[in-house]
Amino acid sequence: MTAILGGRPGGVTSLQVDDELETRSRLVVVGNGMAGARFVEEVLERGGGEQFRITVFGDEPHGNYNRIMLSPVLAGEEHEDDIVLNSHDWYADNGVVLRAGTRIERIDTAAKLVHADDGTTTPYDHLVLATGSYSFIPPMTGVRADDGELLPGVHGFRTIDETRAMLAATGSCTRAVVMGGGLLGLEAARALQSHGLHVELVHAAPYLMNMQLDAEAGAILERSVEALGIAVHLDVFATEVIGGDRVRAVGLADGRQIEADLLVVAAGVRPNTDIGVRSGLEVERGIVVDDQLRTDDPDVYAIGECAQHRGEVYGLVAPAWEHAKVLADVLTGTDPDAEYHGSRTATKLKVAGVDVAVMGINTPERDEDELLVISEPKRGVHLSVVIRDDKLVGATLLGDTRKVAFLTQAFDRGTPLPEERITLLVHLSDGAEEVGVADMPADSQVCNCNGVSKGDICGAVSGGCGSVGEVMERTRAGKGCGSCTSLVKRIVEWAADGDLAEDPAASWYVPGIPMAKPALMAAIRERDLRSVSAVFAALAPGGKDDAKSKMGLTSLLKMIWGTDHLPEKDGEFINDRVHGNIQRDGTFSVVPQMKGGVTTPAQLRRIADVAEKYEVPMVKVTGGQRIDLLGVRKEDLPAMWDDLGMPSGYAYGKSFRTVKTCVGSDFCRFGLDDSTQLGIDLETRFQGIESPAKIKMAVVGCPRNCAEAYVKDVGVVAVGSGRWEVYIGGAAGASVRQGDLLATVDSPQAVITLAGRFLQYYRENANWLERTYDFVPRIGLEKIKAVLLEDSESIVADLDAGIQRSIDAYVDPWGQDGRRPATPGQFRPSLPLIPLPKVPVR
Amino acid sequence: MSLTDIRITAEHALGRVEEIPPGEGRTFVVGGEQVAVFRLRDGSLHATQAACPHAGGPLADGQTDVDVLVCPLHLYAYRWSDGSSTSGAAPIRLFPVREVDGEVVVEV
Ligand SMILES: Cc1cc2nc3c(=O)[nH]c(=O)nc-3n(C[C@H](O)[C@H](O)[C@H](O)COP(=O)(O)OP(=O)(O)OC[C@H]3O[C@@H](n4cnc5c(N)ncnc54)[C@H](O)[C@@H]3O)c2cc1C
Ligand code: SF4
Ligand code: SF4
Ligand code: FES
Repeated sequence: MTAILGGRPGGVTSLQVDDELETRSRLVVVGNGMAGARFVEEVLERGGGEQFRITVFGDEPHGNYNRIMLSPVLAGEEHEDDIVLNSHDWYADNGVVLRAGTRIERIDTAAKLVHADDGTTTPYDHLVLATGSYSFIPPMTGVRADDGELLPGVHGFRTIDETRAMLAATGSCTRAVVMGGGLLGLEAARALQSHGLHVELVHAAPYLMNMQLDAEAGAILERSVEALGIAVHLDVFATEVIGGDRVRAVGLADGRQIEADLLVVAAGVRPNTDIGVRSGLEVERGIVVDDQLRTDDPDVYAIGECAQHRGEVYGLVAPAWEHAKVLADVLTGTDPDAEYHGSRTATKLKVAGVDVAVMGINTPERDEDELLVISEPKRGVHLSVVIRDDKLVGATLLGDTRKVAFLTQAFDRGTPLPEERITLLVHLSDGAEEVGVADMPADSQVCNCNGVSKGDICGAVSGGCGSVGEVMERTRAGKGCGSCTSLVKRIVEWAADGDLAEDPAASWYVPGIPMAKPALMAAIRERDLRSVSAVFAALAPGGKDDAKSKMGLTSLLKMIWGTDHLPEKDGEFINDRVHGNIQRDGTFSVVPQMKGGVTTPAQLRRIADVAEKYEVPMVKVTGGQRIDLLGVRKEDLPAMWDDLGMPSGYAYGKSFRTVKTCVGSDFCRFGLDDSTQLGIDLETRFQGIESPAKIKMAVVGCPRNCAEAYVKDVGVVAVGSGRWEVYIGGAAGASVRQGDLLATVDSPQAVITLAGRFLQYYRENANWLERTYDFVPRIGLEKIKAVLLEDSESIVADLDAGIQRSIDAYVDPWGQDGRRPATPGQFRPSLPLIPLPKVPVR
Repeated sequence: MSLTDIRITAEHALGRVEEIPPGEGRTFVVGGEQVAVFRLRDGSLHATQAACPHAGGPLADGQTDVDVLVCPLHLYAYRWSDGSSTSGAAPIRLFPVREVDGEVVVEV
């Protein structure tokens, strides 16, 4: 019951902030439901990942899932894994910090902080509340146990955890009462029935779905529901839960008792506004927002079900997604003037055997409104439309929803209606078949949740989407309630004219060359391609170069050819081009090598002298036990390196960087072995080695772990008697993962050999920018052990030789490029003239 | 068109093309503007404002291909065709640039 939906296999989730100093403003989202997560997607789509450091809080421990689909999950028609919209991995991959399982209690709008229930505070520049709603449990005698919790056997229907609990209960329960005859109650009742339970429905209003239907349609619906075998009790309140320690019966206001061992309360939802109330925001039914979704605090916004806009609070997903769009436009500056003016809502009941679709109003409201009704109670069919000024303003389709596509379109777009109104509701030709895909007009809406038209889908296909999945990804069609997926599929197939494929780009090593890493490596070797431009010329479509592929290719070529590759500066990122880490103001940071964190007074003196001579604005000890000189002008770099006389520490590269060590047996009274020396040896051996992402190591002298070896790409721990544990795949950035124990070996030499093997295996097999903490779980520890320790693929000798080649090719770049620039003007300033914030001096 | 819209442009010679390595960009100050000039691997020249519209990043330190220029700070990308951004930033200003007798000539 505790499984985390969309969870991350290895443990904690979130992003790895890279070494650049943070320049983005802080965007905090409270609520990881359908509105919150969609908003984050919309922001990322607008390039907001570069603008904002995004943190999402969700009090559910799960990733983001499709709440609408809980009904099919409860009915056993969908598996819970299939309703995941954004897994924890998705957040990590997109650089979004997800604090799942953390509830925000309060906002300090003056200090711009949110306070979480785990005691932490998080600052924000912009705060978005997307806290949704909770199931309303009306006051009933006996519904709660003494501790205030719901009595065993009583459930709300809002979250995956509640759904799981109900599913578990279906195993032991036989009779259920569902309270509430709205959409949710009907879906719950039908779902429970499909597990063999006897279900009775209690509804306080005089007819079912009274929010959407009129009395006549409600009565017809009632008959259809009863025909399914669900007993319906109308116009009566359930006032009591009888049983004491668990549900045994439900008492009604008129004195009747219904025997039951399960009670599902679907009596409506209430917006989660407590956070707004506690923080002093304006709250009525929901958190009050203006047309830009802003609350009365200028930096706090609310979207989705918790928001109240122009007096309306919506309980559907389409408005929530419209909120997300508008707010993303506003906050990213894509359209700072975007406004939301309210939604026209349309709903569909997801109950097999009962077709209900409703949009807009169901009865005439003005004198001149036209009403057209076709009612066939015996057949369970009731169709009606309301027309105002020749526009469709409402429709109810019960028992026959064949016309829903056309009506939805007319409702959403205000398309002109036929002269003969009757054709709105019946197929006069009696051609009851649906309009063929080919005959659908391009602007007819296919996915109502996301407002995607046939034309949008065809556009995605002609724009290069080669599979249904890709089209759904690009257009978001079918990503809501999912009821249109089969239509989407048919349109894609029709548009692609049989030309469909699996998404290929997902497996490419770099975006610009359509090849997976092994094939690309083979082709490079086979055709003897030694420069990035040669690779593009030979392997890229049309021989076209691609800026975003260059860095990954350079890294690969260095690994394959070592010193024999032909360097091209434009194939490198600026950091590698000038061997320093670019900072927010265009200056660079310089980190000299300091193996194992060990230095000498002479080195310290030299660093101090250099820092003064070049007026370095900040000198900082880094988390990797080195000294960082920040704010260095590009043109000063070569002279500084010369004066320092120390090799580069590679603090800028997708490469091996540093080995942290503790003091170990030399000085520490707990030390079991010489961790410092082993750290120095490792750093000496692997200095400057390129890899798919940065590599950090640590060695500690005992399991007290003072240098945090358990959370490094490679971590080494002395365990006594000359033995060392080697851990791989750990991380302690914003993402924390404890490394996996690869092996326990009995000499420093064995550690070095094993670390080299792992490094080379990772270099040859990892995707570009894939950190070891993703790589190790992806490949699987068992497989890695088999390959590296038992030589199951007979490649260990190759791995050893491969890493040795790279080690032999190492040259200190500061020594080389510093003396003679690799290309003309390599160190010429590119700094703009406009004044920019300087790295602060404290 | 108002008076402030009228810009007087002039041609400026920036030196030999070899000063700009293929595939890279270099910054020049001309006519009171700081201009980043790129020589692509296909031999073509492109010139743009030196500061990234996003947060002032040094565009000449960016990476480029025949279609786009990517700023090194936050990787916003801009099209050479019209200066518009593929990633939602404001557009960059492009300047006419050509090679005359082995010299780079930009119109600012
Ligand atoms: C079973 C079921 C079926 C449905 N069917 C349909 C349908 O067919 N069509 C339709 O349009 N709509 C349907 N809905 C409604 C739809 O799911 C909601 O409209 C939608 O989920 C609203 O999105 P939201 O983000 O505003 O709220 P939610 O999706 O509820 O997300 C809010 C999230 O915020 C979290 N949260 C709340 N407070 C805090 C806090 N203080 N700190 C941190 N996190 C917090 C909550 O735990 C929750 O995860 C259905 C709902 C249910 C339950
Ligand atoms: S932890 Fe590292 S990457 Fe993150 S902000 Fe600090 S210095 Fe930068
Ligand atoms: S890890 Fe052990 S040996 Fe190393 S400093 Fe800490 S206590 Fe001492
Ligand atoms: S400054 Fe150029 S992308 Fe941010």
